[in-house]
Amino acid sequence: MGQEIHTIIIGGGPAGLAAAIRLGRHHRVLILEKEAECGGKLNQWDKLFPDFEDAKTVRQTLLQRLPENVTVQTSANVTEVAQESGKWKVTLQNGETHIAPTLLLATGFEPFNAIRKEEYGYGIYPNVITSVELESMIAKGEILTREGKKPQSVAYIQCVGSRDEKVGNHFCSVNCCICAVKQSIEVKQLLPQANQFCFYMDLRMSGRNYEERYRESQEKYHVNFIRGRVSETSVTANNQILVKAEDTLLSRPIKMKVDLLVLMVGMEPSPSTRQFAEKLGISDPYGYFVSQNSETADNATVHKGLFVAGSAKRPMPVPQALKEGEAAACEIAGYLSDNL
Amino acid sequence: MPSNYHPFIWPFCIGALLLFGLLIVKFCRWLLHLDKIQRKQCLKNIISFKTVAAIWECLRECLFHRNIFRKNWVLGYMHLSFALGWFMLIVVGKAEASCYSHTFWEAPWLAIFFRFFENGSQDYFMPELFTFAMDFILAWILSGILLAWCKRLYSRLLGMRKTTRHTWYDRIGMTALWCIFPFRLLAESATAAIRQNGGWLTQTVGDWMSFLPVQSLELPLWWAYSSVLCIFFVCLPFTRYMHIFAEMLLIFLRKWGVVEGNRKSGYTECEANACSRCGICIDVCPLNTAAGFQNVQSVYFIRDLRQGRLTEEVTNNCLMCNRCVEACPVGVQSTLMRQIIRGEQKHNDSSKTFYDYLPERAGDCASAVTPDNVSDNNVMNGASATSDRNGISSPKVLYFAGCMTHLHPNIIQSMRRIFEAAQVDWHFLDEEKNLCCGRPLRQQGYHGQADQMQARIKQLIQSSGAELLVTSCPICYHSFKQEYNLEIKVMHHTEYLRQLLNEGRIRMKADQSRFAYHDPCELGRGEKIYEAPRELLQAIGTLCKVDQEKQDSICCGHSLANTVLSAAQKNQVRDEALQTLCADHPDYIVTACPLCKSAFKEGNRQQVADIAEIVSDHII
Ligand code: SF4
Ligand code: SF4
Ligand code: SF4
Repeated sequence: MGQEIHTIIIGGGPAGLAAAIRLGRHHRVLILEKEAECGGKLNQWDKLFPDFEDAKTVRQTLLQRLPENVTVQTSANVTEVAQESGKWKVTLQNGETHIAPTLLLATGFEPFNAIRKEEYGYGIYPNVITSVELESMIAKGEILTREGKKPQSVAYIQCVGSRDEKVGNHFCSVNCCICAVKQSIEVKQLLPQANQFCFYMDLRMSGRNYEERYRESQEKYHVNFIRGRVSETSVTANNQILVKAEDTLLSRPIKMKVDLLVLMVGMEPSPSTRQFAEKLGISDPYGYFVSQNSETADNATVHKGLFVAGSAKRPMPVPQALKEGEAAACEIAGYLSDNL
Repeated sequence: MPSNYHPFIWPFCIGALLLFGLLIVKFCRWLLHLDKIQRKQCLKNIISFKTVAAIWECLRECLFHRNIFRKNWVLGYMHLSFALGWFMLIVVGKAEASCYSHTFWEAPWLAIFFRFFENGSQDYFMPELFTFAMDFILAWILSGILLAWCKRLYSRLLGMRKTTRHTWYDRIGMTALWCIFPFRLLAESATAAIRQNGGWLTQTVGDWMSFLPVQSLELPLWWAYSSVLCIFFVCLPFTRYMHIFAEMLLIFLRKWGVVEGNRKSGYTECEANACSRCGICIDVCPLNTAAGFQNVQSVYFIRDLRQGRLTEEVTNNCLMCNRCVEACPVGVQSTLMRQIIRGEQKHNDSSKTFYDYLPERAGDCASAVTPDNVSDNNVMNGASATSDRNGISSPKVLYFAGCMTHLHPNIIQSMRRIFEAAQVDWHFLDEEKNLCCGRPLRQQGYHGQADQMQARIKQLIQSSGAELLVTSCPICYHSFKQEYNLEIKVMHHTEYLRQLLNEGRIRMKADQSRFAYHDPCELGRGEKIYEAPRELLQAIGTLCKVDQEKQDSICCGHSLANTVLSAAQKNQVRDEALQTLCADHPDYIVTACPLCKSAFKEGNRQQVADIAEIVSDHII
């Protein structure tokens, strides 16, 4: 690269891409993405709540909008980040280094590893799956149990790995409630015969069209929402899942057998997020990034020239991550004009 | 000198009379407060060999402090010098006084103040020997006192990190005790300086003192000696020193087979008084070492209980890990006492709870499950193994997973695989209907509720007709063994798996795995099962060295018995345990309790497994 880069962005997911689109109009930007292609978790998703927007289309649109000034380097595994004489130096696994006056960390999240909640039987019973796995079944248009049968009944458990003191995650992952509403609608469309049950602690539906879809899922798609946390699961001889819970609205214990149990896994900081947060001393108790001020400087950090955006800060849905990227871009542009 | 009387004996005599009066009152109160079963036990065994055994143990423990010696010989020496020394001083002193006055019935204070009243006549049995022996014993006690002073100043010297913080009247008693023997030495030496009747110690000190106005010091010193004796005696029943007498009674009661009941009784009070506040339990408590609590250990719980200022927080802030009970030289069962006190503090009324939703017979277990009416699709269709069995012959082995094990389906799957591999004729008692053994209720002091619950489950177990009950949970196991009084044999799965292995019914392939085994509190200290899991693991791989293991194993911190600790504090305890377990870099941390497994699993990136999972993975 002949000319100096103004901003390095680590992470080519929604937040990173949105920031690059804004910044790239007037600055030279380098995106370092560790996977083979950009898009982040959009690549694992089929449709987005609430408008059933195609995740692939969203990704394509973002990539098309990237200005010429933006260079994307994929399969770029960043191993080290350090501040050196007022600039940020990034070292890749292959030894390559890049230097720029500003650095944006948009390293995102990873889904909670459901094996840690052993009581739900993930990894033990074949017909317990996570929302991520269900999404890829929905994408293929075919929902099958491990035995290759169409499930007659599906249950969802909310807040798996979120709002849970035992696993050390007190926070709400924001996306799983809406994801359950979305997926249960899609499942019903694919399996009109199936009965669906969704166990929740409380349902958080606070965006445009969120509540409407939730209502629709009940009225039109007959999803049963049951308030209560599932205590444990077990398996029957024919690999059905026996769910034990308490209906806290009716104050009575419930047991039911379902063919498929879906765990709505929460979000945890991705390994890179954890690593950089700890290394740079900007980690919250869970390993997410802490911004300088959550009201007035939510994309800046305590380090000069270092910015953060997206779900590496805290769980958020895609539209918010996109806006995060744009907001970070504004802050970075301001910083560059003040300091260059 | 008028023979054998001087007014300075009065403080001593008054103190001694008050002491014995109070002791008699206290002992009577405790004995009268024993509950019906406890009293029956006493009456049954009072005239038996058990009483002789109790006397023997009294000598061993109260005089020789054998248990303290085993734990820490410096501390043991200190207690031995006080107890045995003082006892000898009284016995030998009495012998000397009796010989001197040629009667067994001389004035009782003569032995105490002998040097003062002795008139120099040597016409009794070996006077020099007595003088020598009395000085020797005094010197010995003084060496113990010196150690006690050092312990107060610097407890580490005696191998203790923390020593007990005492109340002000304990301090008065303690100061009086510490003064008794130095004053005796000074008083006897002053007399020796005047009358040259001392022994090797008192005469030497007396000679050193002779430059002082010993004539006018002698009487004040004897007065001081008598007065500190009086102060000590009067304080004794209200201070830690009551343990001297309470421990003796406790030994007798225990030998007669008295055990703690569900309610506070005379036995509880006696046990509370038998705690010497030695403070040994402070250092071993993980709540102290890991979480920094220094007011909840047995010693403080019992002290607060005796002084009537016990808070619920102190009562409830205990993991019931029994490390303190294991270490206590008196064998004070403070965790059982806590269970009782928790019940009293909660004022719960068990007549308002009902457990009739529990199934009555083993065969009912599956069918008693309530069909849910959320959707027709989900009506229970009965468990396979269970309902098939109705009316058919009884299984040989009854498996009880326990409600905590149900949170770990992989443990249950592993047990299934093992049972099948070993071709065991088994029945899963709590497959669908979650049953709780009732012990968590009892630990919280809900004795009435626990009794009801356990009666139902006992009926269930007995009605199965099985020969053996196997459980995966150490809490259930301890409860079945100690609280149920079952007729059938009970085994924890560690023991059962070892038996299957020894009988050749399962075979396992060995590999290079390195295991660190964690002893769960209820299985280790609770039931003394240490070897079975280790033998199993050694049959597969190698055992790592763990610093604090077996009876010293540290609690995983997530015990159900503690309702006070925050998650973060529990994790501090857990991390202390993990640290010792990981020291030798094992491949797996293996435990035999579902609660420990959850705790450790969340605590580190190391692989954590129940022993059943390890065995099942290695079966060939
Ligand atoms: S979004 Fe809903 S399911 Fe997810 S953690 Fe929050 S409340 Fe639980
Ligand atoms: S409970 Fe036992 S170990 Fe603790 S102070 Fe009392 S006697 Fe000592
Ligand atoms: S049982 Fe355990 S936690 Fe409770 S006081 Fe004793 S050592 Fe401490």
